[in-house]
Amino acid sequence: MTAYTRRAWIILWKDLLTERRSKETLNALFFFTVLLLFLFQFALGPDRERLRAALPGLLWLGFILAGLLGFGRTFLAERENDCWDGLLLTPGDKSAIYVGKLLGNFLLMITVEVMLLALFAIFYDVAVWQVAAPLAVVLVLGTVGLAAVGTLFAAMTAQVRARELLFPVLLIPVQVPVLLATVSATQAVLLGQPLADSAPWLKLLAGADVVYLVIGVLTFEFILET
Amino acid sequence: MMRALGWVAALGLLGGLGAAFGYAPREVAQGNVQRIMYLHVPAVLTAYLAFGLVLLGSVAYLFSRRAGWDRLAAAAAELGVLFTGLTIVSGSIWGKPTWGTWWTWDARLTSTAVLFLVYVGYLLLRAMVEEPWQRARYAAVVGIVGAVNIPIVHFSVKWWRALHQPSTILGPEPSPIAGAIALALFVNWVAFTLLFAYFLSRRMEIARLEEDLVR
Repeated sequence: MTAYTRRAWIILWKDLLTERRSKETLNALFFFTVLLLFLFQFALGPDRERLRAALPGLLWLGFILAGLLGFGRTFLAERENDCWDGLLLTPGDKSAIYVGKLLGNFLLMITVEVMLLALFAIFYDVAVWQVAAPLAVVLVLGTVGLAAVGTLFAAMTAQVRARELLFPVLLIPVQVPVLLATVSATQAVLLGQPLADSAPWLKLLAGADVVYLVIGVLTFEFILET
Repeated sequence: MMRALGWVAALGLLGGLGAAFGYAPREVAQGNVQRIMYLHVPAVLTAYLAFGLVLLGSVAYLFSRRAGWDRLAAAAAELGVLFTGLTIVSGSIWGKPTWGTWWTWDARLTSTAVLFLVYVGYLLLRAMVEEPWQRARYAAVVGIVGAVNIPIVHFSVKWWRALHQPSTILGPEPSPIAGAIALALFVNWVAFTLLFAYFLSRRMEIARLEEDLVR
């Protein structure tokens, strides 16, 4: 294990440990997704067919709302007890911190997404299990894109006054391509079409993921310094 | 120097008005409404120039840490939002009589709207961070992400429309532009670019004075 991956791993391990002990973010996010489910139901009414037609969009709407809450907290813990200075004092390439935080956010989001999918499968009788493998590909590609920019912007807005407001205002427009691609691909997958039909979308997602990751790694150190 | 640029831009705009309403012929199919193009197209070209300068200023700031680059990016972003807004509004006014609707989720319209929102976010960020160096660094990162994202937005929105439904309102490709119309368009484009250069230099000057005042 090189020093870089070890640093990223340490950050990830620290965050996972804190989360396991406090269970703050995950518990609240789970409850939040249940509430979202209620909201979707109230907004669209009892008609199951209509709900199922809107499902891909609703799913990703739920993911991005949960992501906005979850990502926004990424760096909040670092502001207490001078942890931010501790991060600044870590030797070597600062982008290892970004990679570690990104992995943590990715795991958090995937957990929330699986929970929300399970709830959808139960409450709206969606056949998720049969398309689990292609759906997983779409989820992973989309979540990397969301988390890559989300983590970068979360580090930025952690230091800003109107954080809760600014974070979504910055993140959502940038994530339009990811949303369009994931919603379209999810729709195709849920309709039972083979993954190859969504190949252009998956390629776009993969390309966008790479671009966002490269930018995140390159610019993170500028955000971290105070 | 700056004042001279302002006068040249004003003259150019007058010439552009003359070219658009006097010199350019009345378009056969759309009538006089088509003359909105002489505002619409130069505005969007200027907006792209502005966002290109935001990217340039952002990258150059992160490398050199000179405040001048940050002022360039900030001023260009403000003007870019202004000209994108002008593009959307003029396009809307043009769309109502020709397409029968103020707005449609066509690929170009959507990607322009996304562009607008990204840079409105950029300006909001600038307004909310008080410490100047921090603001410059954060804004530079958002400026880079926003610019690099433009092609991704472009392709995603294009495919989104292509995969959903073909555009029924826009119809077939427009015929090649006639010589007189192209010339009038060119005059207006030059005038808009001059105006942009004037606004940009003024805005950067004001930003420099503001920084001196704070210091």
